[in-house]
Amino acid sequence: MAGHADDYESVIKTTKSEDVAKFAAHRKGALSKLQHALHVNPALVPLFVLLASIAVFGLLLGSKFFSPFALTLILQQVQIVGIVAAAQSLVVLTAGIDLSVGAIMVLSSVVMGQFTFRYGLPVEVAIALGLVCGMICGYINGWLIAVMKLPPFIVTLGMWQIVLATNFLYSSNETIRAQDIEANAPLLQVFATKFNVGGAVFTVGVVFMVVLMLFLSYVLKQTAWGRHVYAVGDDPEAAQLSGVNVKGVLISVYVISGLICAFAGWALIGRIGSVSPTSGQLANIESITAVVIGGISLFGGRGSILGALFGALIVGVFTLGLRLAGADAQWTFLLIGALIIGAVAVDQWIRKVSA
Amino acid sequence: MKKLLISTALAAITTAGMASAEAHGASACLITKTDTNPFFVKMREGAEAAAAEAGMTLRSYAGKVDGDHETQVAAIETCIADGASGILLTASDTSSIVGAVTQAREAGLLVIALDTPLSPIDAADATFATDNFLAGELIGKWAAAKLGDGAADAKIAMLDLAVSQPSVDVLRDQGFLQGFGIELGDPNVIGDEDDARIVGNDITAGNEEGGRKAMENLLAVDPMINVVYTINEPAAAGAYEALKSFGRENDVLIVSVDGGCPGVQNIADGVIGATAQQYPLLMASKGIEAIAAFAADGTKPQNTEGKDFFDTGVALVTDEPADGVDSISVAEGTDLCWG
Repeated sequence: MAGHADDYESVIKTTKSEDVAKFAAHRKGALSKLQHALHVNPALVPLFVLLASIAVFGLLLGSKFFSPFALTLILQQVQIVGIVAAAQSLVVLTAGIDLSVGAIMVLSSVVMGQFTFRYGLPVEVAIALGLVCGMICGYINGWLIAVMKLPPFIVTLGMWQIVLATNFLYSSNETIRAQDIEANAPLLQVFATKFNVGGAVFTVGVVFMVVLMLFLSYVLKQTAWGRHVYAVGDDPEAAQLSGVNVKGVLISVYVISGLICAFAGWALIGRIGSVSPTSGQLANIESITAVVIGGISLFGGRGSILGALFGALIVGVFTLGLRLAGADAQWTFLLIGALIIGAVAVDQWIRKVSA
Repeated sequence: MKKLLISTALAAITTAGMASAEAHGASACLITKTDTNPFFVKMREGAEAAAAEAGMTLRSYAGKVDGDHETQVAAIETCIADGASGILLTASDTSSIVGAVTQAREAGLLVIALDTPLSPIDAADATFATDNFLAGELIGKWAAAKLGDGAADAKIAMLDLAVSQPSVDVLRDQGFLQGFGIELGDPNVIGDEDDARIVGNDITAGNEEGGRKAMENLLAVDPMINVVYTINEPAAAGAYEALKSFGRENDVLIVSVDGGCPGVQNIADGVIGATAQQYPLLMASKGIEAIAAFAADGTKPQNTEGKDFFDTGVALVTDEPADGVDSISVAEGTDLCWG
């Protein structure tokens, strides 16, 4: 009996000293070190591209571009896409895609506006209901994907149409003018509130975007829920087997994504002043662009949400930089297209490190 | 029961008899770019009212989004199969649609392009539209008159529609420049003028978001811009928000085209200086009348003298009339506005 117990211990002792499994270090050159560094910090590439493009445009255009004024203008121009990209990132990290983000954003902003002006609800209540509207849209997406097991692309393609049509039917495509909002419900425009820091102009919307990104980055890295999001995106079956509530995580991701889109809708009212059912038509494509340029893998489970912020900023830098350089607007689209393909190529290359 | 059947049959015969006599009972189609834009909603209202008056049946079709060409082709085919007398069409893709339009005309339908001319313009039997060049010219003249001597060293921002430069975009842009007194390059191309007064052109997609961004971009090029041309009123409202965030909203002149109700209200509030108003309801009601006439005795509509389309009119709306430019007041504009 005693001998048996000794046996057990000896087994444990021997295995401890042994290398059971080890990742073979193939190449140790600078390139593979770089590849590894990028694998660990996926936001490095977009950060580098962002700084490089600011430097290049700064050299080309001088103080016109490289000024607190122009650089904070870029922040203001990307705030909507940036906020929506945060929502998109969460979904993409679960290996999904959300084509309905822009539609949810616009419908939420319309609900906030119409509930205030058509039904005369207190503006705080209307805004709360607008946020709830976003969460409901997200919940429908999440339920269809997690419980009915429908592909995210198809579900959100359908929801995009449904939500957009609801938006047009409900609003009759009527705009609520900025002047009416300013006079009767200024809280709707709160995201436009400005403050000056040494020539740089920041708005509440910009601060919200940055804080949201930092907050989500923390949550994704440091909380159980965040790690589960990555796990579900990487391999849902493995996640399920290790005790992750895959359905619950998926639904929660889409609900939070819907909520963030609704906040984007609120920020949109601040940005354009009015409530306009025709805005945000390209927000889904623009947010996916930001996410992809930001180095978040469309295959799920890999990437940093800060990358999406850098991705959105890169697009903003190119757009304003090229405009200031006097280039035709077409060149912006052409270069953004090249960046997207470049970003995915880099992503594939980095993936080899884990293969 | 039998009695009911007989009376229904009698009613059917009577209706059929009337149809052979004149336009009564004939049917027409209205195909718009979308059915959500207030401009097209107003157009449909006009068509429905005119059709009811002429005793015609109206079927309305619309693309899902602006640029949805497939749905419009399918709608034309449905109208041909349906035996309609004529089609009113605002084409999303003005050249690709020509094949389907030719097919309809060969089948004996009268095809009238509303608002947007086909390319070539004679691919349709007639075009009922706003003179967009004139619309631009009116606001250009007004802006120049408003500035007086200052027009010589104005700094102008041009907020256009899209990179593809659709005809309405080019006509309004070039009309404005001509009206303002700027020498045009090629009148079919936006942005080839070399007058130093033009700070730059940017695109807005015709909405608030695009208007704001384009205005910010051009203000970054030159913060002293004092005249802003905009393709439509939502873009103008967006541009105003940008100017407001720069504290420049009170010393910049914004002009626009369209005449939608929120746009006219924005003139009253001092956001927009003047706008050139167009009349979608009139385009549609005149179009239905033309189809009714064609169904009754085969007459085809005539063009406005000196133009290759039927001009449904345009009026400058402003509360600050300028010498030498005819205009109507905001109150009059409000009575006629759409959306």
